[in-house]
Amino acid sequence: MLKSLKIRFVLIGLFLLISVVFLAPNFVDLKGVWKRYLPSDKISLGLDLRGGMHLLLALDTDKMMGQLLDRKFDSLKQSMMLEGVRFLALDKKANSILVTVRADQKEKLNNLLAKQFPEMKVTETKAEGDLISVDLTILEKGLAEIKENAVRQALETIRNRIDQFGVSEPEIRQQGENRILVQLPGVKDPARALELIGRTAQLEFKLVDEDNMARVTSGSVPEGSEILTMKVRNRETGVESTSQILLKKQTLLTGELLTDARMRFGGDIGGETYVALEFNSEGARIFDRVTGENVGKRIAIVLDNTVYSAPVVRERISGGKASITGGFTVDEAKDLAIVLRAGALPAPVNVIYQVTIGPTLGQDSINKGIQATVLGGLLVIIFMVVYYRMSGVIANFALFLNLIYLLGAFSALRATMTLPGIAGIALTIGMGVDSNVLIFERIREELRLGKTVRAAVDGGYAKAWVAIFDSHITTLITACVLFGFGTGPIKGFAITLIIGMIINLFTAVFGSKAIFDWILQKYKPRTLSI
Amino acid sequence: MLELLKDTKIDFIGFRKKAFILSACLVVLGVIAFIMVSLGKANLSVDFTGGTALRIQFTNKIAIGDLRKALVAGGIEDVQVQELSGVGEFFIKTKVSDTASQKVGEKVASILSSQFPGTKFQVLESNMVGPGIGKELKNYAILAVCLALLGIIGYIWWRFTFISGIAATIATFHDVVAILGVFYLMNKELNLLIITALLTVAGYSLQDTVVVFDRIRENAAKMKSKDDFGVVINRSINEVLSRTIVTGISTLLALGAIMVLGGDVLFDFAFALFIGLIVGTYSSIFVASPLVYMWRQKKL
Repeated sequence: MLKSLKIRFVLIGLFLLISVVFLAPNFVDLKGVWKRYLPSDKISLGLDLRGGMHLLLALDTDKMMGQLLDRKFDSLKQSMMLEGVRFLALDKKANSILVTVRADQKEKLNNLLAKQFPEMKVTETKAEGDLISVDLTILEKGLAEIKENAVRQALETIRNRIDQFGVSEPEIRQQGENRILVQLPGVKDPARALELIGRTAQLEFKLVDEDNMARVTSGSVPEGSEILTMKVRNRETGVESTSQILLKKQTLLTGELLTDARMRFGGDIGGETYVALEFNSEGARIFDRVTGENVGKRIAIVLDNTVYSAPVVRERISGGKASITGGFTVDEAKDLAIVLRAGALPAPVNVIYQVTIGPTLGQDSINKGIQATVLGGLLVIIFMVVYYRMSGVIANFALFLNLIYLLGAFSALRATMTLPGIAGIALTIGMGVDSNVLIFERIREELRLGKTVRAAVDGGYAKAWVAIFDSHITTLITACVLFGFGTGPIKGFAITLIIGMIINLFTAVFGSKAIFDWILQKYKPRTLSI
Repeated sequence: MLELLKDTKIDFIGFRKKAFILSACLVVLGVIAFIMVSLGKANLSVDFTGGTALRIQFTNKIAIGDLRKALVAGGIEDVQVQELSGVGEFFIKTKVSDTASQKVGEKVASILSSQFPGTKFQVLESNMVGPGIGKELKNYAILAVCLALLGIIGYIWWRFTFISGIAATIATFHDVVAILGVFYLMNKELNLLIITALLTVAGYSLQDTVVVFDRIRENAAKMKSKDDFGVVINRSINEVLSRTIVTGISTLLALGAIMVLGGDVLFDFAFALFIGLIVGTYSSIFVASPLVYMWRQKKL
């Protein structure tokens, strides 16, 4: 008996030691050898406790698919003309492209498709006399791959942007098929961060369609051109004015070929903040050619379908340098440079869920949560001692063990402490108290039946065990379901409860029993203070 | 030995008819609340309806009426404004959510700074939920509750009897629905945290029921064939009564502390648990146990 008692205390002590080792980094800074071999992770606080922003972004893959189909449509048209496939009609539908040719062109078209468009498949072929119409879609396998790549690229891009913006410990990960979860703890200017993350940042250079500019007002846009909004901001007053501008649809150069983008002041632009761009050799070559071909014309700088400026090309520009002006503030120019450097998102993102908690509210919640927990805990501890005397002290020791183990487990699992998590701890403590109450009431019953102290304690534990076990399992079932289906804060509650239930079964039953047995063995009391 | 109760002999089963009337009222209220929730007519948080909720603190004092008027005039028509405490804090809620071209938070901020130029304000908390995701969260919450209940029936069925599982589930459902009813009556907001509280109450109520059933199981095993099952149930409940009271008191102490000191974020959560504690204890004694009794009577 004594031997097993020793083993039990060794076990309790061992767990306590492990918990303390994992908890230590929260209180002391480890140095030297200690730092190398001991865990150094601290319990991280959730956004609701320290403030910050939680975002769920959805990548608009439908829009991306639309754009992809647009591009396929254009290149199919060009290829058919180049290869001499005579087509009667070419229509763009919601998810497919419809080509109509005469029967004698069928073979040529098929060859072209097989050779140049392996990612397209024929879903339907209709023959009407001499006319054959073919419905083309993008292969599903290809689509899935494109979507997957797009999400991965978006993730990478957003990570880059956030890294350059400078937020400590951001969390960025994929959720579901096309969603991205972003958590920015302690971010000071949420609106600015959101602007930085959410911007598609598609930079394009396009030619202004001067010849047809008059048609902007009439609304009849010639084929191959499009109307975009041009934003001009007065640097001194900050007042923004918009106008309509007609651009050739064809993109001359995109932001993909950038090597660098930096915020700059003044120089020849006269004291204004602007973003200096630098292209790679391919970009520089294209820029050199495009500017050379269009001297005297205007080239528009388009960012996410908004025109920022449309300067006149005075001379051929070699060396691959350009700049974007637009009456930016310093912060705006800095952020714009970041998004251009980090690259464009493959598709627009929509914010579908956003929670922002100011740092003051977070601090306030912590203080109130801690105060409430401490007071609640103290009341329970006092109550247990008043009601159960010495046994109450033992129960409180079990509660203390429970708390240390729980926090140690939190540290070890690198779980995040949230407000519902604190509530979960409170509930666990409540369950711990209940377990001991169940046991003590049973022991009292056994004592009333006239049993000896030893027999009463053993009987009480044995009989209470079934009810304690069953109630813990039912709570565990609930907690597991919550963990599986809950989001964010609820998950925090569930994980606390899961860890708590398991630990509580150990501390409330095994832990307190060991102490009872030790006391009974050492002092062999005739009566029990319960 | 300090004892609150000594050897009680209360006829709990005898109270069952009165108790059922009370329970029926609670359930009816709860079911009405549930229907209202499903129809979207209850006070649901933006988590479930989609929309935007902002918590704003002003440096100067502002009348709630003026604030509402300013927001409506600024173009946010479907808006609820609630004053949080005497320190100039307001909770603004609208079903409008962000679109690609417009962020609701920014719109509110621009309305406030143009309408109340004399005072500064700070957005303490903002919560924007797209319309699709709200529905998704609501479905997840309902699914979670149903799955948890199913898992629990299964477990109790296995550990006790099938009818115990059913009775325990009815009692648990009764508790969850009763809290829903109380929250609906008080027009308190139902949010993800309250759903968490509901599930916690389900867990607590079950724990209570399991403790009572465990004692009934134990006493029924010792029962002589002539003993009335009602007597066994009464004896069992009386035996666990002191545990029920003691646990209840200690839980109340902890919950009370959270309600008083925890701040308004935790208050509703603790309040839901508080009601749950009372209803959950009541239901194990006056709903779950009599149900098992009546089932036995009918069969015998």
